[in-house]
Amino acid sequence: MTDILIRGGRVVDPANERDEIADVLVIDGKIAAIGEALNGASNTIDATGQVVCPGLIDMHVHLREPGQEWKEDIESGSRAAVAGGVTSMCCMPNTMPRLDHAGVIRQIIERANQVGLCHLHPIGAVTKNLDGKELTEMRELARAGAVAFSDDGMPVWHGGVMRKALEYASSFDFLLIQHAEDLQLTEGGCINEGRISTQLGVDGMPSEGEDDMVARDIMLTRLVDARYHVAHVSCKGSVELVRQAKSEGLKVSTEAAPHHFALTEEEVLGFNADAKMSPPLRTEADRLAVIEGLRDGTIEVIATDHAPHHEDDKRCGLSCAAFGIVGLETMLPVSLALVRDGVLSLPDLIAKMTCNPAQLLNLNAGTLSEGEAADICIFDADAKWTLDRNKLFSKSKNTPWHGRELTGRVTYTLKSGRIVFDHHA
Amino acid sequence: MSAPFQHLFGIAQLSREQIEHLVQLGESFIELSRRPVKKAPTLRGKTVINLFFENSTRTRTSFEIAGKRLSADVINISASTSATKKGETLLDTGETLAAMQPHVLVIRHSISGACEFLADFLPDTSIVNAGDGAHEHPTQVLTDLLTLQTKAGGVSGKTMTIVGDIAHSRVARSHLLAAKKLDYKVRLVAPKTLLPRGIEQFGCEVFHNFDAAIPGSDVLYMLRMQSERLTSNCCFPSIREYHEAYGLNAARLAKAGDDCLVMHPGPMNRGVEIASEVADSARSHILDQVEHGVAIRMAVLTELCGSSPQPQARSKRRKQAEAAMQAQGKLL
Repeated sequence: MTDILIRGGRVVDPANERDEIADVLVIDGKIAAIGEALNGASNTIDATGQVVCPGLIDMHVHLREPGQEWKEDIESGSRAAVAGGVTSMCCMPNTMPRLDHAGVIRQIIERANQVGLCHLHPIGAVTKNLDGKELTEMRELARAGAVAFSDDGMPVWHGGVMRKALEYASSFDFLLIQHAEDLQLTEGGCINEGRISTQLGVDGMPSEGEDDMVARDIMLTRLVDARYHVAHVSCKGSVELVRQAKSEGLKVSTEAAPHHFALTEEEVLGFNADAKMSPPLRTEADRLAVIEGLRDGTIEVIATDHAPHHEDDKRCGLSCAAFGIVGLETMLPVSLALVRDGVLSLPDLIAKMTCNPAQLLNLNAGTLSEGEAADICIFDADAKWTLDRNKLFSKSKNTPWHGRELTGRVTYTLKSGRIVFDHHA
Repeated sequence: MSAPFQHLFGIAQLSREQIEHLVQLGESFIELSRRPVKKAPTLRGKTVINLFFENSTRTRTSFEIAGKRLSADVINISASTSATKKGETLLDTGETLAAMQPHVLVIRHSISGACEFLADFLPDTSIVNAGDGAHEHPTQVLTDLLTLQTKAGGVSGKTMTIVGDIAHSRVARSHLLAAKKLDYKVRLVAPKTLLPRGIEQFGCEVFHNFDAAIPGSDVLYMLRMQSERLTSNCCFPSIREYHEAYGLNAARLAKAGDDCLVMHPGPMNRGVEIASEVADSARSHILDQVEHGVAIRMAVLTELCGSSPQPQARSKRRKQAEAAMQAQGKLL
């Protein structure tokens, strides 16, 4: 299918401030026109009653390739992505080997192109081997395709190294993404520190272990005038720190993961290892603070921190279980609750998963502008369905939403004009 | 009559009636251990496996003696000799032992929630928690309640003051749960370095000054202070200073009422949390707790073995695999 007419959907394209019922005409993989009663395509998708928006961008995923392909690989991760409406994703560098040299970055981009389902934009490592000591060749990595830099999974914990990393990255206008965690404060912890960790008798990770590193990094960002992005912000204190930094005009941005605005630490009761991730699920006050941050624009991006783990790594008791949950296939339905609850308009929500991350990362994606590649997500915002972990496209099944009813379902995903996911298939 | 139950994970699952029933049943078993011939046929033909992933002398021995005196076949497995050294996972070890068809698996493990975790995969095997991480230690608390029943006429309305490493104590957590159900008060005494966050939300009074907590206490319950934990995690600067601030010596005990009992779940560190002059005094009921521990474990094993025949034990993973095969129309 080279020509497709997507007929009668609610076209939401925040970058172009478009929100109207319209047809979208795709020719030769590009958006040819958006308007009323279009013609001229050999194939038609009836999108009546559905939303047509730019393909989603998830700027924070772990694809486990190379090195841990039994958990996920680029192909299974791409299938999970497009099933969730995601057409561009940024994979974190904590693979084996790390994404700390150009060869491995080129290799995974090439692999993603072979798979051909989803655009892949790697995040390069800040330090060699994620050791937090020596900087990587960021310019070389960027030339190979890295769109930002992070040691995600680990923080750049050393203040002196972080300062140098911010100075060096900002010299070339690179974005630095920090997994903000004070490892000394969270040592041994496996869930949020508080009432639930005390009740279960497991060591906790205090939210102050996130706050203090965000605070330090913001001071360094002020000192060196850099672009700094807080990954998966999870608690009230760090949301407020980012808000203050922005009001001061610093180039600070942040993202929230759907589990942090949808769930709280109560999920872990019963020792549920599928509700264990880092940063952990926090209190209701923290959850509401993240929602307020999304509402007032402090948090401009929603990203999943998709972290596949094999059952063997989860079924060993809560304190031994690996950190992380899969998220690509649940991001959109879980996030749509923000629209139903009146926190965000639909265009504002979609902006946080399309043009906002595209702008931060300078990606040529996230819009439905005429002439651009036809990366499109079509979804039924009201469709109810029950998630069955065994039907996930991801190789890993570690999700807290198993057996729960979700509202909102992707029906079609197009990448460069090709249907890469069809819910009816 | 209290409702029967298949597993004993913790005090959290038990009703007041179930707790009182177990304590009463335990009390009736005290006499058995004092007979010349310490044997009853109650659990003849039953198999109990003690699976201990952490070091333990009294709890493991207590379960073993309890089972043997009731004529059960008791097998002890300790982590140092078990397959875990060969890399077998907790789940595989549990499934393997369950496949040998024991009636009861008694488990001690350093992971909080280890018993609930295993029970999810072993639906047909009774599991008893003999201590999981810092989560629960139900048979210790039932033991303590039996000691208080026999030595102080019960626990209702009393004030129990628990002193020491609350942060790592499963006994303290189980007592907090039992206190709500049986109407006794708990005071916790420790420096902030040894208190878990938010513990005051669990209906207890928190003290940092031991002397202030003593008046009005009916029980001084001393917890073992693991000296290796003391200094390495910056919980306390020295044993000397710990003993001075939180150790129970004769001078401190003198500030308590005449009827105040001294208890300790063991093993004791003399000169750390408790001075020998107190440990060996008539006020100390530490050895009564040990004796009562056997009686309580007899009660728990009796309750769990019940009278109904046990189905063939099969693991959930096995059942799921078989169901999937059958769904595909394949013969097993």
